[in-house]
Amino acid sequence: MANSLKSHKASQSFWTNFVLIVICVLWMIPILGILITSFRPSDEIFRNGWWNVFPHKEDVEVSRVVIPESVDVDGPISYGGKTATFQEWQRGIQLDDGTKATWYGNKRTRTLIISENKWVGFATNLTLENYKDVLTGKTITYKNAQGQTITRTGNNLGGAFLNSLAVTIPGTIIPILIAAFAAFGFAWLDFPGRNVVFTIIVALLVVPLQIALVPILQDYVKLELNGTFLGIWLAHTGFGLPLATYLLFNYISTIPRELLESAYIDGASNFTIFTNLILPLSVPALASFAIFQFLWLWNDYLVALVFLGEKNQTVTIAVAQLVGEKGQDWHLMTAAAFISMILPLVVFLSLQRYFVRGLMAGSVKG
Amino acid sequence: MNISQTKSPGANNPITKILSWFGTAIGQLFVSVLVPAVTFLVLWQGYLFLQRAAAPQIVQVLVAIVWGVGGVALLYVVTNWLVMKLPKKISKTLQPFVFVGPAVVIMGWFLAVPVVRSLVASFRNYLGTEWVGLENYKFAFTDPRMLETFRNNLLWMVFGTFFSVAFGLLIATLADRSKAEVLYKSIIFTPYALSFVGAGVIWKFIYTYKGTGIGIREIGLLNAVVTALGGTPQPWLNLTPWNNFFLIVIMIWLQTGYAMVILSSAIKGVPAELLEAARIDGANEFKIFFSIIVPYIKGTLLTVTTTIVIFSLKTFDIVRVMTGGNNGTNVIANEFYLQSFTYNNAGRASAIAIVLLLLVTPVIINNVRSFNQQRRGF
Amino acid sequence: MRSKKQMIWASIAILLVASLVLAACGKTAEAPAAEAPAGETVAALPQGQELANAYAGQYKGTVVTMAGPFTDQDEVVFNDSIKGFEEKTGIDIQYEGSKEFEANINIRLDGGDRPDIVDYPQPGLLKYAVEKGYAIDMTTLINPEWIKTNYSDAWQALSKMTGPNGEIVAGIWARANGKSFVFYPKKAFDAAGYKVPETWDEMMALTQQIADDGDTPWCIGIESGAATGWTMTDWIEDVMLRVAGGEKYDQWVAGELKFDSPEVREALDYIEAIWFNDAYVYGGRAAIPTINFGDAPKPMFEDPPKCWFNRQGNFVTTFFPEEAVAGVDYSFFYLPGIKEEYGKPVLGAGDIYAVFNDRPEVRAVIQYFSTGESLKVWVESGGAILTHNDASLDWYVDPVTRGVAETIRNATTFRFDGSDMMPGAVGAGTFWKYMTDYVSGSITRDEALRQIDASWPK
Repeated sequence: MANSLKSHKASQSFWTNFVLIVICVLWMIPILGILITSFRPSDEIFRNGWWNVFPHKEDVEVSRVVIPESVDVDGPISYGGKTATFQEWQRGIQLDDGTKATWYGNKRTRTLIISENKWVGFATNLTLENYKDVLTGKTITYKNAQGQTITRTGNNLGGAFLNSLAVTIPGTIIPILIAAFAAFGFAWLDFPGRNVVFTIIVALLVVPLQIALVPILQDYVKLELNGTFLGIWLAHTGFGLPLATYLLFNYISTIPRELLESAYIDGASNFTIFTNLILPLSVPALASFAIFQFLWLWNDYLVALVFLGEKNQTVTIAVAQLVGEKGQDWHLMTAAAFISMILPLVVFLSLQRYFVRGLMAGSVKG
Repeated sequence: MNISQTKSPGANNPITKILSWFGTAIGQLFVSVLVPAVTFLVLWQGYLFLQRAAAPQIVQVLVAIVWGVGGVALLYVVTNWLVMKLPKKISKTLQPFVFVGPAVVIMGWFLAVPVVRSLVASFRNYLGTEWVGLENYKFAFTDPRMLETFRNNLLWMVFGTFFSVAFGLLIATLADRSKAEVLYKSIIFTPYALSFVGAGVIWKFIYTYKGTGIGIREIGLLNAVVTALGGTPQPWLNLTPWNNFFLIVIMIWLQTGYAMVILSSAIKGVPAELLEAARIDGANEFKIFFSIIVPYIKGTLLTVTTTIVIFSLKTFDIVRVMTGGNNGTNVIANEFYLQSFTYNNAGRASAIAIVLLLLVTPVIINNVRSFNQQRRGF
Repeated sequence: MRSKKQMIWASIAILLVASLVLAACGKTAEAPAAEAPAGETVAALPQGQELANAYAGQYKGTVVTMAGPFTDQDEVVFNDSIKGFEEKTGIDIQYEGSKEFEANINIRLDGGDRPDIVDYPQPGLLKYAVEKGYAIDMTTLINPEWIKTNYSDAWQALSKMTGPNGEIVAGIWARANGKSFVFYPKKAFDAAGYKVPETWDEMMALTQQIADDGDTPWCIGIESGAATGWTMTDWIEDVMLRVAGGEKYDQWVAGELKFDSPEVREALDYIEAIWFNDAYVYGGRAAIPTINFGDAPKPMFEDPPKCWFNRQGNFVTTFFPEEAVAGVDYSFFYLPGIKEEYGKPVLGAGDIYAVFNDRPEVRAVIQYFSTGESLKVWVESGGAILTHNDASLDWYVDPVTRGVAETIRNATTFRFDGSDMMPGAVGAGTFWKYMTDYVSGSITRDEALRQIDASWPK
């Protein structure tokens, strides 16, 4: 009996992990693609797929054969015991000795490439160059009238990193604080207009923030908040508050009533209850919202561009500048994507410890 | 953060003793002015410091962080302190507003007022100079481009939301039982941490199509797989209407992490005693999942579903980066973006924004109903 | 009793704080820019008085803000171009380049956060600022006589736009680009013995010959992110000029000639003959909408070339491999005319400066920008062609750019990129979108033309 239960548990754990691993592998493929691409030389990226860095079988050129001038390339062409038209040779023909013959270029070249299908090992030309360019600024060169080459270094991410932190840290904590107060108010305090206001907040979730950019910018120009950190925190607070209030409300309203009642009986004020009871109990919800708000700010481009401008470049803006007008520097984009992903992942991992079971466990029994 | 000490008169510490000196009428008066004034002065100095931007960047950033976060906390403490000084009856009426007031004011300023402005603009022409009646709404509800976006958004809403929530719930539940929980969750979460510019590049590498012809090698993963299996490469993102599903896959890839994090924190809230009791009663894991976990996290499920439905309605960067809305993949928010920033048609853009608001009405009604059930004010 | 007093004082305190906040917010942070030393009067330059004052150092220490789409390499070259002027005059020109310039600039203008000078990559965007009344008439900033001497009639006509107070000269042109060019890999082309075609028929004959030789002659790609399709619309405009002429072209751009008209259909017939023939296009028709316009010419530079022709504006050379030498590895020929009566038309585009704040130092800077000198460094580094009459052809260092500049100057008919002159909803919207859908095969030609006509604002 005990044994079968144990094996039952073991098989359950096997299946649990199996399903998780399958899903995780699926999720990892695109990420792996970016990671590998970020280490590849820029011209290689467009030549073949990123999976070619792994060992694989490939046609490798071993020799070239020139078809003599006497052969009419418009008619049937014979080589290596096979006779075929130009079009067929162009597509490639398997020869009897196991090699493959493929026409090189157009008819005028009169050249066949003989190749063998061989194993190719791990790619050896992976490079850190993309990361170097992203971190220290890419080298920009052009030639002047005298033919001299002018070299300049483009933007680097160092200062932008600091700016991003100055935007994201208060921009994450401020709305959480304000939203937690509001969520508590909506969940546990009675006041006129409570229903209407809450309905409006849910509706505001769907408002595209783009409609607010122009009016807010007008206000900011008048208040001289434009281009200041205060301005962008307020903007991110405003845009993030509906989701924050909504998520935190849903969590805070599930806190058992008995818990609060006993606190009120002990004579605690609303403020005390909020700081000493609600906030500690809401840590998992606060932590999960913190992750999303942090990420949203970290990866935000438009709001930062409009309200902070180019003077206090954030990482996203700096990366966009670095990638250039043509938008074709995919090797830099992938490297930059990885660099800018590190901090959000650290935040996610460090907030993991707040997702623990049993914060409210003791309170439910009563 | 132990504010209650400085505030409650009963506490027996030096600060309260000094404060009690202010117990006289003049002291009261003095303090009531002094405290907000000092608070304000400190905040104002910080603001000036930041505006001057003369200090080294790192110092500025540190001051900015302390000033911003501390300032907001300070404002709450001071306002609450002031309100608590009022007669009990008034203070009881006013206190809820101390809690919800700032949030409501800020949301009003940053979102509600712009919505009202949009509502007005939606009845005016593209420059906002003349009234045009319902002309913009006629466009929003009858133009073939808009009808296409409605169909596509419905697909996004149904399939995108369902699979994001389902995968999120599955992973959150399973990972909860696994020793490698953090690893699994981190992997699923990673896409969410990527900037979309980076994510867009990689999905292009998955769907890309180089064409057919001599010597052309596919660099797109999907086409490489198809070719390896003996098929012909396809221009995936141009295959109407299937291309919509290829885009929705990207949304699921991104949003599952979100659903997982929120649901996971809710699952952590399911009391272990309940689960243990059920296991001792011999319930199998499926039964536990459906009869204990799901009912327990019902509220959170609604929250997650609501936010993802809304996300799927607002989605536009995936479409903009991957297809630009061509070949039958346009969505409402992309059309909104085009109208406001590319065509500079403020009237139509506003009408589309208002239509978006109308579309979520059922979602809002559903939420308010559940809000009323949870109503429990003191 | 006590609590009543408390309440009063608390209210006063709140009011005090509020009024302090308001007072603080209303206060202007900085004193206005230092007044220029009111020195002795300086003789005016042909461009205007302020430019002369600037060279006399009267605006030393002032700042002029600029916004535009240049980032990366372009931003560096632009900044180097104006460095000499900044050093001579002491005016600090702060250029802010943004990748999302198109989306950002109107938000900033509407929001009242206006840069002094904006460099528009296309005049269609400027039209909005003019209609809203933000743009300042150039004739009040620069000596109108100078504008007349330094810009051709065609460019002058293109800078006139109608604002709330009637027609104004909304901007001055900076760089131009020609679009009626076909680039080809010269070295391999000559080695294969192909001859540059002079007529459309010769071009089609050569196309067939290259296909018979076993290659795909054309490299075509129209993908361009959110702007996918503009390469297709450029083709249509180019061919329209050749089958219907400048007059019909103008009617079409103005919305008087429908898309669903014999002229547009005829133009599409010519294009389809190339685009929809899988033997003529690298990757085949289905690949056209998925290949980025900047990647499209890359197969030309493989050895041997995988394709041979790329019709594009002269700016495409910046996408060519760095080691490719103009005039040696690649060259261009003029996209031949079709109907003789319409001569040798050239399709082009350009970027235009507009001014949003009128201060003496801003006038000085815009007067400077109205001279070819202001962009000389850029021209010499390659990739730019100027609209200014005082720009010398000798500045163009490579034969390809010089040839392009010459072709533009000698064009019998010069027409501006039509999609940029059409209303934004068509020119940057449905025209691109439905042409892309049509090339992808997800809608028919009839459907595409009908939809574009239907989307034209009434």
